[in-house]
Amino acid sequence: MPDEKNALFRRDFKKDFPLLRENPVVYLDNAATAQRPEAVLNAQMEFYREYNANPLRGIYSLGQEATQRYEEARESVRAFLNASAPEEIIFTRNATESLNLVACSYGLSHLKAGDEIVVSILEHHSNLLPWQRLAEKTGAKLIWLECEPDGTVTEEGISRAFSDRTRLVAITRISNVLGCAPPVERIVAEARKRGAVVVLDAAQSVAHMPTDVQRLDVDFLAFSGHKLYGPMGIGVLYGKKERLAEMEPFLLGGEMIQSVTREGAVWAELPHRFEAGTVNAAGAWGLKAALEYIREVGFETIGKREFALTVQALEGLKAIPHVRVQGSGDPRKHCGILSFTLEGVHPHDVCSILDADGIAVRAGHHCAQPLLEHLGVPATTRASVAFYNTPEEISLFLNSVESVRGRMGYGEF
Amino acid sequence: MENSKRSFYNAILTEHNLYPAHKHDLPEATMEKDGVNPSCGDVIRLKLEIENGIIVNGSFVGDGCAISQASADIMLDLIIGKSLEEAERLSQSFLRMIRGEASQEEIGSLEEAGALTDVAHMPARVKCAVLGWHTLQQMLHDAHG
Repeated sequence: MPDEKNALFRRDFKKDFPLLRENPVVYLDNAATAQRPEAVLNAQMEFYREYNANPLRGIYSLGQEATQRYEEARESVRAFLNASAPEEIIFTRNATESLNLVACSYGLSHLKAGDEIVVSILEHHSNLLPWQRLAEKTGAKLIWLECEPDGTVTEEGISRAFSDRTRLVAITRISNVLGCAPPVERIVAEARKRGAVVVLDAAQSVAHMPTDVQRLDVDFLAFSGHKLYGPMGIGVLYGKKERLAEMEPFLLGGEMIQSVTREGAVWAELPHRFEAGTVNAAGAWGLKAALEYIREVGFETIGKREFALTVQALEGLKAIPHVRVQGSGDPRKHCGILSFTLEGVHPHDVCSILDADGIAVRAGHHCAQPLLEHLGVPATTRASVAFYNTPEEISLFLNSVESVRGRMGYGEF
Repeated sequence: MENSKRSFYNAILTEHNLYPAHKHDLPEATMEKDGVNPSCGDVIRLKLEIENGIIVNGSFVGDGCAISQASADIMLDLIIGKSLEEAERLSQSFLRMIRGEASQEEIGSLEEAGALTDVAHMPARVKCAVLGWHTLQQMLHDAHG
């Protein structure tokens, strides 16, 4: 290994992750969910041991403490996203809930028959199904923003998808299947020209690159804590204040009101209007710990390590006979995600054989069936790296993939 | 991990997957049934030719993982030449084996299908292994009303 790569991988980040410390698994399913560092596990526990009361309600000191921790977590998410105000940060369960919230609360009251919703073919089902239903309920039309076979969204594709009737655009920052990044800046500019709002699904990108909502200039952005080394069950919706202010609540219930009478209610101010019921404060506190951990590691280190691993895995896969990597041949266009097929072996069998070698990868349609249909493959095997993975693990993965056809009875080995 | 390096994909399974004896059409079939395993996207169409309550021939066509396709081929090897009642009994034994509830004797009666016994330890793949057998059971149920 060249010295530079050696130096890059000198720090053993797996030591920070209890599961990876104790389990020899080669974990390459980071795009599905990441592992959690000790600091996050401790923070969740700390909330319940030291601050537990129902946030946003308590007059007593412990209740105020719980509220304070929850709002500190909100502030840390604001800073992470460079949002202009904490009221723009809504805690949800996950990216899926965030996207559904926008489709219901914004979409149902702002879209009507004849309007057009642009959705890219790269989307995860969670950034497709809410828009399909919205179209069905409002009479708006769903328009596909197509991509090339390698995942590239072209200028022609953009001009075909947009029209003067475009009112909403739902786009992913990073495809969870191909790892490619559609030209969000260009798409936002096109949406502005048409007076459409932009909903950005950042679930797959937040753990790998900085996210600046003011620079991106999107109206809404959604992500899940669990792909960002945070807990499961906590997610975020960012919304521009002026958008959120004109929206009806999503769920109705406790702590999202100012007053309730026999006849109706006055909704609470932002952001609480969108956080009905008891919130996941321990999850939020855990997410704050994850953001601090990421800041300590730094996106520069994360990016460099993940890129080195991606180069090694992509070059290695390309050299294995019968393997076909989906998407671009350029490692810079994969964001650590490599979906591939192995001729003559079903992805689920590839996955089971890798599992027997202690390697965890995903197989299937990755919740993106229209994209796989567009690519002409029923399913793929997907390996996805995180900064804690190592070049040794990528070598084990490549050796295992190389052995699969032989172990399935093909005679070439 | 206790299951590391366990060779689940044994020669019986890989042979039936790569060189299935019964993966073809069967124009003279008297019964047919489709089966789907949505978790893997496996699909099969099972066809049987029945004469006087005996399965005289059978085939399947389909697409999917090695476990689903090999299991269907192994099943046809086992049930061709048997009565419908015997086929039903064998399919029940197979499902018991996959649940880890079958006796050694029962597994023995399944002949090569016994090679799939380790699927009991792979919950994510159980649906693949039982696809052909479930489809067979549904076909027999349909026939009995």
